[in-house]
Amino acid sequence: MALQSLDILRRSASPTAAPQARNPLEVAKLIDVSVCIGCKACQVACSEWNELRDEVGSCVGVYDNPTDLSAQAWTVMRFNEVEQPDVSGGKLEWLIRKDGCMHCADPGCLKACPSPGAIIQYKNGIVDFHQENCIGCGYCVSGCPFNVPRISKDDNKAYKCNLCSDRVAVGQEPACVKTCPTGAIQFGSKEDMKEVAEKRITDLKSRGYDQAGLYDPEGVGGTHVMYVLHHADKPELYSNLPKDPAISTTVSLWKGLLKPVATLGIAAAGLFGFFHYITVGPNRAEDEHEAEEEVTK
Amino acid sequence: MQVTRRQFFKVSAAGLSASSLVALGFSPATALAEVRQYKLARAKEIRNTCPYCSVGCGLLMYSLGDGAKNAKQEIIHIEGDPDHPVSRGSLCPKGAGLLDFIHSPNRLKHPEVREPGSKEWKRISWHEAIERIAKHMKADRDANFIAKNADGVTVNRWLSTAMLTASASSNETGILTQKFMRSLGIVGTDAQARVCHGPTVAALAATFGRGAMTNTWVDIKNADFILIMGGNPAEAHPVGFKWAIEAKKKGAKIIVVDPRFNRSAAVADEYVPIRAGSDIVFLGGLINWLIANDKIQWDYVKAFTNASFIVNEGFQFEEGLFSGYDEAKGKYDRGSWSYELDAKGQAKTDPTLQHPRCVWNLMKAHYARYTPEVVTDLTGSPKEGFLSVCKHLGECSTPTKVSTILYALGWTQHTVGAQNIRTMAMVQLLLGNIGMPGGGVNALRGHSNIQGLSDLGLLSTNLPGYLTLPNDKAHPTFADYIEKTAPKALQPGQLNYWGNTPKFFVSLLKWFWGDKATKENNWGYDWLPKWDKMYDVLQVMDLMHQGKVNGFIVQGFNPLTSFPDSRKTAEDFAKLKYMVVIDPITTETSSFWQNHGEINNVDTASIQTEVFRLPSTCFAEEDGAIVNSSRWLQWHWKGADAPGEAKTDQEILAELFMALKKLYQAEGGTVPEPILNLSWPYKNPYDPTPEELAKEMNGRALADVPDPKNPGQFLVKKGEQIPGFAVLQDDGSTMSACWIFAGSWTQAGNQMARRDNTDTGLGNTPGWAWAWPANRRIIYNRASCDPSGKPWDPKRKLIAWNGEKWAGADVPDFKVDSNPADGMNPFIMNPEGVGRFFCTDKLADGPFPEHYEPMESPLGTNPLHPKVVNSPAVRIFKADKERLGQHTEFPYVGTTYRLTEHFQFWTKGVRLSAIAQPEQFVEVGEALAAEKGIKAGDWVKVSSKRGYIKAKAVVTKRIKALTVNKQTVHQIGIPLHWGWETVAKKGFLSNTLPPAVGDCNTQTPEYKAFLVNIEKA
Repeated sequence: MALQSLDILRRSASPTAAPQARNPLEVAKLIDVSVCIGCKACQVACSEWNELRDEVGSCVGVYDNPTDLSAQAWTVMRFNEVEQPDVSGGKLEWLIRKDGCMHCADPGCLKACPSPGAIIQYKNGIVDFHQENCIGCGYCVSGCPFNVPRISKDDNKAYKCNLCSDRVAVGQEPACVKTCPTGAIQFGSKEDMKEVAEKRITDLKSRGYDQAGLYDPEGVGGTHVMYVLHHADKPELYSNLPKDPAISTTVSLWKGLLKPVATLGIAAAGLFGFFHYITVGPNRAEDEHEAEEEVTK
Repeated sequence: MQVTRRQFFKVSAAGLSASSLVALGFSPATALAEVRQYKLARAKEIRNTCPYCSVGCGLLMYSLGDGAKNAKQEIIHIEGDPDHPVSRGSLCPKGAGLLDFIHSPNRLKHPEVREPGSKEWKRISWHEAIERIAKHMKADRDANFIAKNADGVTVNRWLSTAMLTASASSNETGILTQKFMRSLGIVGTDAQARVCHGPTVAALAATFGRGAMTNTWVDIKNADFILIMGGNPAEAHPVGFKWAIEAKKKGAKIIVVDPRFNRSAAVADEYVPIRAGSDIVFLGGLINWLIANDKIQWDYVKAFTNASFIVNEGFQFEEGLFSGYDEAKGKYDRGSWSYELDAKGQAKTDPTLQHPRCVWNLMKAHYARYTPEVVTDLTGSPKEGFLSVCKHLGECSTPTKVSTILYALGWTQHTVGAQNIRTMAMVQLLLGNIGMPGGGVNALRGHSNIQGLSDLGLLSTNLPGYLTLPNDKAHPTFADYIEKTAPKALQPGQLNYWGNTPKFFVSLLKWFWGDKATKENNWGYDWLPKWDKMYDVLQVMDLMHQGKVNGFIVQGFNPLTSFPDSRKTAEDFAKLKYMVVIDPITTETSSFWQNHGEINNVDTASIQTEVFRLPSTCFAEEDGAIVNSSRWLQWHWKGADAPGEAKTDQEILAELFMALKKLYQAEGGTVPEPILNLSWPYKNPYDPTPEELAKEMNGRALADVPDPKNPGQFLVKKGEQIPGFAVLQDDGSTMSACWIFAGSWTQAGNQMARRDNTDTGLGNTPGWAWAWPANRRIIYNRASCDPSGKPWDPKRKLIAWNGEKWAGADVPDFKVDSNPADGMNPFIMNPEGVGRFFCTDKLADGPFPEHYEPMESPLGTNPLHPKVVNSPAVRIFKADKERLGQHTEFPYVGTTYRLTEHFQFWTKGVRLSAIAQPEQFVEVGEALAAEKGIKAGDWVKVSSKRGYIKAKAVVTKRIKALTVNKQTVHQIGIPLHWGWETVAKKGFLSNTLPPAVGDCNTQTPEYKAFLVNIEKA
């Protein structure tokens, strides 16, 4: 494969360092929830650009459709009606959040991924999945503090938003950003996006949202998808946006401290297996057993 | 994820070992990575305009291949055009999913017929389709054509075949349709404007002189305060709403007044609930509050409105009735709704506003009844919410603060639709906000070209350019028409532009009949049909109900889903002999004869209607222009061929016309002259091109037109495209199919295709496309300056008098060399030159708006005047009256609306739109849901006197029970997009529920407030 068109920062399960000499601009998407009308243009533009078509679902009693992220729906709008005394004095608010990959600086998915090169983090901040290297193990799903990646039923590989890396690579903004009617989604350098957010927060504070703030959680090293929230003190109001997201301790431990130990274990097991094979011969899988399992599912 | 336990162990072990092997130094080559290749690098890029709503967003369409002849073009991707001044690259969820509209499985590919009694479609050739349809039409026309009325006046009308036209088709299709239809004598015709913004045209024309959105989408950013009422722009016009958000980002406040806390409310500063159908109480309350609290821009009101005009002595308002009511006819004699004239025929005024019968004092007295208490009591709006709107608007009574109103069908679709809008227009005059950047009354129109089809007169009683189709009583002769349609100025020195009507009308007739139109035959005046009453869609449906309509031509319209009382509509369609549907996609109308169980339970075999279904192109497959809500004519380009054998509407109509003409030539028939004499100068008479038609709309000189100021010079030479409507003549030396479009395709070429998006100030982009009239972007902009010609607000300088002429960022909507000292006033279309609080005899239901209850009222009374509950000027047919319900049986207020994910009834066949909103639902407040035991996601049955629908329940905090006239009123929200021709889940026709009764002036149906019941299904 040719040299990448976006510079790579990290690759899953690949300790070999990627070339690091160039310093491309760090980008970010800013989602200003306070001007989002929940129109789903971003959802549709995402599916159109990425050639995804989810199932035609059902109405489940709310505006959310598709009802969840899937391999065919990389971003979905989540609607929440809030009317509680401790939020804006009990005034009714319809909090609508675009959900999707946050492109963490410290991506839990990448850390958890055991397959070399299946998850790539570009130096500009985009975290991309490379399905040709994906083994469908689902570790990225459990490794993600935002519950974003989904495994496709069709090919058993993991999918999620790639911040339109193909568009960004040629100098365009992601499809969702371009289409957003109200400018609730913006795109630019992370630095610029923080400045834009600052202005919006000042405006929101002037309109009585004292707790307005930026969501760029430190627990994952900051994100390349950030939110402006009117109630930054209560992110969980926005359809359970995690307050302090962090990579689960299992993933950190397993892929951090314990990994050398496990590697030694694997190497030992490998050696043992090798000697077992040449001394005893191969193990046969019990096909009937597997077939039985398929049936009972 | 489907992974067996064994697979899990396998992959885990494999994964761990793989990564660990890497750690051991076995790094695989595949770990290098590349992004997916950019797919558009060399694809052909084509500019187009979104066909859905009237924001008119710019599109970039990408087609397969780079344009090489050997590559078959096919649209592979669509995204927003970043150069477009309004959309700036954005598209709403519908626009973003346009690719799936073009490639919808519901696209029609071949002509088809459904034979009488049959239960299936049969593919036929174009030739067979055209021949058979032409024969049906001729037989019906020859048998039922009315050449003269009882008084012996030539009327040349054909009532037994009606035609609907398409507000998403181009101007070029629209104008050819106008020619086709009127030459045959069809008067039973409407475009979607009839069920949409009809009342806007009536109300705004009655107040300001023109029936159009006053400002532009981008100009909304200049507002200090935005009231959203009677509309939900975040939902229906998301990309236009961008500019409201832009205003907000600059500090503007937004308040939403609506029955539901909707998507607009989600980003507004405040939300105020209101009972559907009580808007005039709220707005009348505003007028009262502004007057009582002296929040009036006095200099503006005194100079630019008819506040000082003296009204005739006979005018009265008592107990809910204006003077002149004829109870037997259910109509007003409007004679007393007029000004007192002096000996010279000029309206009398009292600039001191002291005269008891001056408009100001009458208005003040009329609205004194609308106190904040009355408002709260009848609307259910909380008092503090109402007062907050008053306060914010009141702040904009200074010249340097401006408010705007964004509204749409929430105001039009009522029996008092036009009056809802009138009330707000009056508020804006009180505040001096008309003509101002950031101000205006912004009617957010519906379909992408509904403005264009209105401009082109595709409404039953209209002709292009807002000329009226002759009426047999008022205009039996050409001389009567000219006399009655060209008003005389009511104040000295006024431009009174409608005084030029004869020039526009004769130029139009020259387009219709060409050389056959001569001075001797009054330019072919008698070949035009004359109307005796308005054959709007409700009237046509009533005639159909009575069995008086045999043929129905339906072009790009889905009346079964969009007309009120769908079950009756379906029954009435079954009485037709033939129906012709021209559409790019399958519609419920075309398959009304199919049984779909509970959804459309008809007896197919007994339906004897012969239905033809003709496939037409969609926006991506044709050239042409459409007019957005801001009156911009934007040209678009074809990107690919249509699927199968689909043809453009122009080609279909031309083939049909030529077939009819041949039949009349060969066989003769009833009054063939209008058909045989019709001017049809197209290079290929079977396929007129968009360019040919666009040029005709602009108009050209048929002879040299001398310049009266410079002898020997000419304004325009024979054969040249005219530069603008000012050169039009009433002597047959000019031709123009739509005078207000004059200037759109001049000698300099196609002005609609211009793409210079330079901002000349305040967001004006006069180099982008072309706006009627005369490329003016903010109409009445003379009123942005004080009487001396200086801008009211130096920060909002749009145009100004520079000592010699009017000039600035916009084209002056005024006589450019009229010195302010000469006293010409800004509302140049009105004979009095000023804006109207009292709209004299322009509307059917009163010169001042008054609150009347919807035809189906949850109160059963009108506390303002219990003897006159509903508007006395409502027209309702017997069959429809019998289908009205009572609040005792149907206690809840139903209101229908669109969702942002869908456009009317088309996008249910668009996969991307169907995914975003897949299934029919209704919205129910938590209190009512609890009372009825309904939970979110339950199936519910919503019924009215006219039928029922079943849908999922969205139970929400966003609809609250209101207390109105001391009783609790619950409202139920009914989104409208569903049917059986669908990629989404099949659904019921929501318009089963509302009654077939319309706005008193325009008959736009009352979809927004009617009575329903609800139960768990």
